[in-house]
Amino acid sequence: MPKPEKVLIIGSGPIVIGQAAEFDYAGTQACKAMREEGVTSVLVNSNPATIMTDEGVADVVYIEPLTLDVISRIIERERPDGLLATLGGQVGLNLAVELHDAGVLDRFGVRLLGTPLEAIRKAEDRELFRTTMQEIDEPIPPSRTVASLDEAWTALEEVGLPVVIRPAYTLGGTGGGFAHTREEFERIVRGGLAASPAQQVLVEQSLLGWKEVEYEVMRDGADTCITVCNMENVDAMGIHTGDSIVVAPSQTLSDRDYQRLRQASLKIIRALGIEGGCNVQLALAPRPDVLDWRAAGETRGDERDLPYYVIEVNPRVSRSSALASKATGYPIARVAAKIAAGKRLDEIQNQVTGKTTAAFEPALDYVVVKVPRWPFDKFGAGDRTLGTQMKATGEVMAIDRTFEAALQKAVRSMEVEGSSLLWEEREEADPLAAGATDNRIWHLMAALRRDPDTLSLARRTAVDPWFLERLLTLVRMETRLLSERLSPGLLRESKRLGFSDEQIANLAGSVTEKVRQQRLSWGIRPVYKMVDTCAAEFDAVTPYFYSTYEEENEALPEATSRALVIGSGPIRIGQGIEFDYASVKAAQALQAAGYAAIMANSNPETVSTDFDTSDRLYFEPLDEEAARDILDNERPAPNGGPEGMERVPTILQFGGQTAINLAGPLTLAAQPIMGSSAEVIDLAEDRERFERFLTELGIPQPPGAAVGNVEDAIQVAETVGYPVLVRPSYVLGGRAMEIAQGPGELARYASIALEAAPDKPLLIDKYLAGLEIEVDAICDGERVLIPGIMEHIERAGVHSGDSMAVYPAPSLTPAEIETVIDSARQIGLGLQIRGLMNIQYVVMREAGESSLFVLEVNPRASRTVPFLSKVTTVPMVQVAVNVMLGRSIAAQGYPDGLWPARDLVAIKAPVFSMAKLVGVDTYLGPEMKSTGEVMGIDRTFDSALTKALLASELALSAHGTALLSIADQDKADAIPMIRNLSAAGYTIYATEGTAELMRGLGLEAIVVPKRLSAGHPNVVDVIEDGTVDFVVNTPEGGRSTLRDGFHIRRAASEHRTPCFTSIDTALHAVGAMVSGNDRYSVLPLSEYTRRVAPVGDAAEARS
Amino acid sequence: MRSGNESRSSFDGLRTNGAVEEAQLGERQPAALVLEDGSVFRGHRIGHFGDAWGEVVFNTSMTGYQEMLTDPSYAGQMLVLTYPLIGNYGLDPPVDESAQIQVRALIVRSDCDRPSHPLGGITLHEYLLAGAVPGLAGVDTRAVTRRIRSRGVMQGLIVSEEEVERAQARLADLPSYESQDFVAEVGTPAPYEWEDAAVAQGSTEGAHHIVVLDEGLKYNILRHLRRRDCRVTCLPPQTTAEEVLALAPDGVLLSPGPGDPALREVQVKGVERLLGRVPLMGICLGHQVIGRALGAGTFKLKFGHRGGNHPVRELASGRVYITAQNHGYAVDPEGLRGGAEVSHVNLHDGTVEGLTHRDYPLVSIQYHSEAAPGPLDNGYLFDRFLELVRGAKGG
Ligand SMILES: Nc1ncnc2c1ncn2[C@@H]1O[C@H](COP(=O)(O)OP(=O)(O)O)[C@@H](O)[C@H]1O
Ligand SMILES: Nc1ncnc2c1ncn2[C@@H]1O[C@H](COP(=O)(O)OP(=O)(O)O)[C@@H](O)[C@H]1O
Ligand SMILES: [Mg+2]
Ligand SMILES: [Mg+2]
Repeated sequence: MPKPEKVLIIGSGPIVIGQAAEFDYAGTQACKAMREEGVTSVLVNSNPATIMTDEGVADVVYIEPLTLDVISRIIERERPDGLLATLGGQVGLNLAVELHDAGVLDRFGVRLLGTPLEAIRKAEDRELFRTTMQEIDEPIPPSRTVASLDEAWTALEEVGLPVVIRPAYTLGGTGGGFAHTREEFERIVRGGLAASPAQQVLVEQSLLGWKEVEYEVMRDGADTCITVCNMENVDAMGIHTGDSIVVAPSQTLSDRDYQRLRQASLKIIRALGIEGGCNVQLALAPRPDVLDWRAAGETRGDERDLPYYVIEVNPRVSRSSALASKATGYPIARVAAKIAAGKRLDEIQNQVTGKTTAAFEPALDYVVVKVPRWPFDKFGAGDRTLGTQMKATGEVMAIDRTFEAALQKAVRSMEVEGSSLLWEEREEADPLAAGATDNRIWHLMAALRRDPDTLSLARRTAVDPWFLERLLTLVRMETRLLSERLSPGLLRESKRLGFSDEQIANLAGSVTEKVRQQRLSWGIRPVYKMVDTCAAEFDAVTPYFYSTYEEENEALPEATSRALVIGSGPIRIGQGIEFDYASVKAAQALQAAGYAAIMANSNPETVSTDFDTSDRLYFEPLDEEAARDILDNERPAPNGGPEGMERVPTILQFGGQTAINLAGPLTLAAQPIMGSSAEVIDLAEDRERFERFLTELGIPQPPGAAVGNVEDAIQVAETVGYPVLVRPSYVLGGRAMEIAQGPGELARYASIALEAAPDKPLLIDKYLAGLEIEVDAICDGERVLIPGIMEHIERAGVHSGDSMAVYPAPSLTPAEIETVIDSARQIGLGLQIRGLMNIQYVVMREAGESSLFVLEVNPRASRTVPFLSKVTTVPMVQVAVNVMLGRSIAAQGYPDGLWPARDLVAIKAPVFSMAKLVGVDTYLGPEMKSTGEVMGIDRTFDSALTKALLASELALSAHGTALLSIADQDKADAIPMIRNLSAAGYTIYATEGTAELMRGLGLEAIVVPKRLSAGHPNVVDVIEDGTVDFVVNTPEGGRSTLRDGFHIRRAASEHRTPCFTSIDTALHAVGAMVSGNDRYSVLPLSEYTRRVAPVGDAAEARS
Repeated sequence: MRSGNESRSSFDGLRTNGAVEEAQLGERQPAALVLEDGSVFRGHRIGHFGDAWGEVVFNTSMTGYQEMLTDPSYAGQMLVLTYPLIGNYGLDPPVDESAQIQVRALIVRSDCDRPSHPLGGITLHEYLLAGAVPGLAGVDTRAVTRRIRSRGVMQGLIVSEEEVERAQARLADLPSYESQDFVAEVGTPAPYEWEDAAVAQGSTEGAHHIVVLDEGLKYNILRHLRRRDCRVTCLPPQTTAEEVLALAPDGVLLSPGPGDPALREVQVKGVERLLGRVPLMGICLGHQVIGRALGAGTFKLKFGHRGGNHPVRELASGRVYITAQNHGYAVDPEGLRGGAEVSHVNLHDGTVEGLTHRDYPLVSIQYHSEAAPGPLDNGYLFDRFLELVRGAKGG
């Protein structure tokens, strides 16, 4: 295939469950690869929090909604000759199909690069896939593809219960599931047909409990095929691979098993004609003494050939391929992009060794364990059972030389309560009986502590006994640590099994620091080994390391100026890809300033863990022990004594709360911190100290206090007046934070919150329902640079991460802006911030008076740093890092105060993954719930808003049907919206109170009962049968009313019907609809940001 | 007659009487691997209790430990496995690639004491014990590998902790690897017909008669031939060309085997006579012998190629294949004469991986098309050999 000249690369859009940071990693690599090949790259993504959309990664960057119309316009404008769609996840792939079907590719002569459309169809279309597998004689489980419920019933006759239902063209198992009964079957088939863009589902024989194995396969234009690695799921078939603990390479496959499945994978990639990478998922027969599969699978030929089935193929770069890349050092996305540009595998250099090429298969001499990170620490009420639909928001990976140690490090990396396998749930009932949940690994440990019979546990859980035996090794070591005196031998052995100092201290009845000092005095310290793709067969040049307790250390300190950047760990709600963006930018800034950047992180999906992001990468948990071990290792004096080189400073500002939490411990350990000191951080985060600080400056805060028990809480609330906001201190993402309308609610919330963080005080604040604004600022001690002010569309009370944020702030008056600048300057200088900070405010406008209250100050880079950096053109992280290195803001050429606004309007909108999280209430409140974000940018407010809504799939069509159920406190605000909808000819269904309001306005509404028992059709019916196109349901405070609306909101999520729970969002969405959805521009980002706004224009942009 | 499904009786006992459980009990015995350059790597003993010596080599395959242990090409060598967890899926007699464990000792990071696999299997420790072969576990095998990679292969000793100091002197007294004729130890002493239970119970029939010169072969080569409808006769390494031709074979295969190809003058002579008279296939040592017969030299690689991931380019098609390799010597193409050509090269170091001939029917490869262990990419080479066989018969 000839080399293209200009390639359009489609990104994957916002982070949602099933599609996380891995595609930023993939897309970034693709852009770099194109540059190396001399191909011009044009990138489009709606997600501003990505490295790929940054200056200098692609040649032309569009941050625009990922719709057919937008991409067609980009193609028309840019005239690329190639389209690379296989690096943008399912979103990219589906768009490629749409562009083709709409004739856009043909019309503009755009060639689909890499994987041909035919291959995408064969892999994604469940029926075509079946026939393709049959043609090449690869086994697939008995199944039928169906397009209607009627067909499904017929299929069920053939396949027989239990069955699994798998929708076509979806990701993360959306809409699928197991059916053991006919009722379940009907429900899931309906849901699956709705979820599938092709309205097609597969009804398939259940292979529950079979081994689930994946292969990552590459193929080039010359038909050379290789497998990058295979991965075995610890959780067998039936639990989505994205929700499974996964190990690489496989552990329980013999060479024969391994090679047969490998051969099948190669055969499949050839049959599909993929050029690039793909992921093949297979099911392999488990131990017959664990699960008798003989009825379900026949042996073909030799009895030593275990039966297997091909489950699915993803004809693109995927979450698994990101994992495989980090697990092996083989950059799948980069190689796939180069293949798309016409290169052969043996023409692509292996950058890890510098000698070999991409035409080889990595050899691992370590074990990699991936553990998913689920959001149930935030969504306690959600359905935690794991099945064929993915629920994890992110994942961690750990590397070591034994499975036990890798697993334990991965668990440490998850940053969940307990943070080690020692933790046990206080539960009487057998937790494993109800099926797997996110806590399964702890449940398995608990079960083994009570009964070491691995075979019977394997029978109950379908986890291969090999893995259970490894867990039993850990249980045995726990017992030894509990009972034996800690000797050098015992300590070393436990470290080799991955026990943390803290775990050892807990078991041995000591304290963590004492164990650490004892360990060091015995000379027991980790060594660092290299991930080199070749098991040490060749000298490798990329410094990518993991810790282990063995003899030889390969990560020798280098005598250069350097600093350690602590990353942000797994993607979770409240700490998303934005922090990886900041970490990557920090490493780049260090390098630009002549420093070597050392990166530590545990998240395999990220750009920060790419081998060429930093000068040295440590793939490690981000806790105190790991950080101190790394810092000790980076310092040549091996005993950490005063002699030798300077200690290596650590940068903690960019890795979210994960990193900032290390400030105290590292300072105690005499490790220097770059930027704001631990003292500064504590001052900002300690409620009482911070309050005193603000009072001294005369800056108001919502009245309130920190309390330690429920009685005091009620006392404080009485003083400041209800409603109040309750929250624990020192948490991210508004965890356990609620608005209480009266003492009853307050008492209930307070006790829950106190349980979530027992030894942390509880904060009670007066709830101020004003306008929320947010600033990010950089301080150097003299100047405070404010790149921009953002104003939220939703009033305070909706978490800033869940709000739509508008830049520049459209409604602030010049006087208000002055107050904000003043306040931010005082806070920055007063706190002695060095580097970044983020301040959230409420503006209360009463009787012509406007006052500004500080909600909180985060002494670190915030979620909005990538968004603001992009729209203001201020490279915020770089400026901040330079400040930390001693270059003042003035020396960098930036002013004090507010950076002149650009001539544009940019709106950041949150994106949720609620369809996947059964049982979670979706209403917006002070606790963050979104998983990702998109940006709409344009010249006017209306167009920017339209694009933000389009990109977050909330755009409303000009005609249709709405369901309104509006809380009393919002009714007055809702009137213009209702009038607008009526005027637009919308049919309106409404619950009683809202209908009454409408009657009062002389408007018509069809009344539907809210209570599900009060006859049909009720609120849920009109959602489920597709009658309504969108829903406005704003909750009143109070538990019972919340419960009423819960069904409405869940039904809307599950049916993928847009549902507005904040009246402010709804008003704007309807406003945008009325203003006309199609009037927006499609331009490269640099076109929008080129000009500074004429003074006074910001406020006018809105009209 | 020997056959592939003949298992060592000792295993059956082990499986049933639980004697091994006993043997596993007790304290770990510290021991060390001492290399010629003076480096010492510590671990503990597994398998047979005893010292061992030999050339220390590493293999980077992540699976296939049992196939490697029983590969006769490892005669005289102590094998370091770079993958750290060995024995996970157990060991089971039908997986053996020859009649016994062939390595002098096995060195691993960690041996699995509770294997798990649908087809069952015993532990690595039990297996080594039954084969009376010592093992060393708990070793920083990556450090050993890096040492060998940078210094080249060396001889080594596994000894108890107290013996470490004296080990250096003992190493100096050992005969060099190059000087020993291991083929004499592992090649078949007598001719036999191969039968394969999996192909056709008790049958040795086949459409083509292939003679295999057994210099230390792996069973899977024979299985490949049987699966392609061949009758297979294996002959001792010293068999002359005349004796081979007297059996009127349709094709001759020279097997892999251990040691320096320079010691294989008899076989080189034999090949010189067979070339052009009967289709030939050479694998590994067999390929080196063919190379020498075609005028090429052979030389020792710094640390060999041992693993399941080596890319090889087939020059005719440009396609790259992933291969299983296990060799310490390579063919030096300098001197190849009269129509002999290099057909395959190693993508990593450019060494010769295959030879072909313009005039004679010949398939000659340095790597292991039979796999076991390793990728199944290269079975096509047996097909190619049989095409030559059929062609020769037809013409
Ligand atoms: N026939 C089956 N029996 C049991 N489990 C299955 C079957 N097919 C798929 N699964 C499970 O469902 C999960 C999701 O299915 P898959 O088709 O891979 O969805 P996705 O496209 O989201 O990756 C798989 O990871 C596997 O665990
Ligand atoms: N006193 C208050 N009045 C009104 N809204 C508030 C108040 N305090 C917090 N909030 C709301 O709660 C959200 C989360 O609070 P914040 O302190 O920023 O928590 P986090 O640390 O999770 O970011 C804010 O974005 C704001 O909308
Ligand atoms: Mg899948
Ligand atoms: Mg906040």
